[in-house]
Amino acid sequence: MAAGNRPLSPHLQIYRPQLTTVLSISHRFAGMALTAGLLLLVYWLASVARGEAAYRDAMAVLGSLPVKFLLFLGTLAFFYHLANGIRHLAWDCGWGFEIRQVYASGWTVVAVTLVLTLLTWALLLAGGGA
Amino acid sequence: MSLKTPLGRVLGLGAAGTGVGHWWQQRVTAAALALLGLWFVIALIGLETATRAAVVDWIGSPLNAALLALLVLTAAWHSLLGTQVIVEDYVDGAGKVILLVLLQFVHVAAAAVGVMAILRVAIGGQ
Repeated sequence: MAAGNRPLSPHLQIYRPQLTTVLSISHRFAGMALTAGLLLLVYWLASVARGEAAYRDAMAVLGSLPVKFLLFLGTLAFFYHLANGIRHLAWDCGWGFEIRQVYASGWTVVAVTLVLTLLTWALLLAGGGA
Repeated sequence: MSLKTPLGRVLGLGAAGTGVGHWWQQRVTAAALALLGLWFVIALIGLETATRAAVVDWIGSPLNAALLALLVLTAAWHSLLGTQVIVEDYVDGAGKVILLVLLQFVHVAAAAVGVMAILRVAIGGQ
């Protein structure tokens, strides 16, 4: 099919970001971050299986400041993907498609993500587990 | 002019017929991961990860080992389905095929290594 003269949808570069579009693409980015998180989880589990020395090495890597920061972002991605995923499941059931509901659920997802991420890290740091 | 019906013309082209299965599996694994993921984060908060013995002890419980294995397997499956869609949306040609095969390799390998590690700790001990 010739793509020549057909009108194109607005280019993302000149389209004002909206909550709906930003949350939509963020779901994909968070998902990709969690794929990396899965590999990190497997790396950690393998280190447990390989023994004391391997576990110490893995924890040194995971506990270093840059990786710790990545783990914080990973937690953010986890709770975002979880909350927004539930939002998607609700849509799949046909619920919440009115534009006001879409914005209300969107801001709820943002709030839930921030609260649960901060709560998790507060508990992790308080318990000395991080 | 073709006498074939519109349905007859598209059957066998593209992903016709398999898309629903992919879509549904993505949803079912999502529901499972909502529960397994929350369980894991809560467990991690209560876990003394600084000492390996505590982690080995935790995985030593059959319930924890089973849930952990389910988490790794379900996450790998869900992640493979999701990244597959992203690649299909944004990558074309040979690169698409190479990336899709690579994603399958990586996810199956992650699932295998993860489950193997869990079993070794849970059954092998130490």
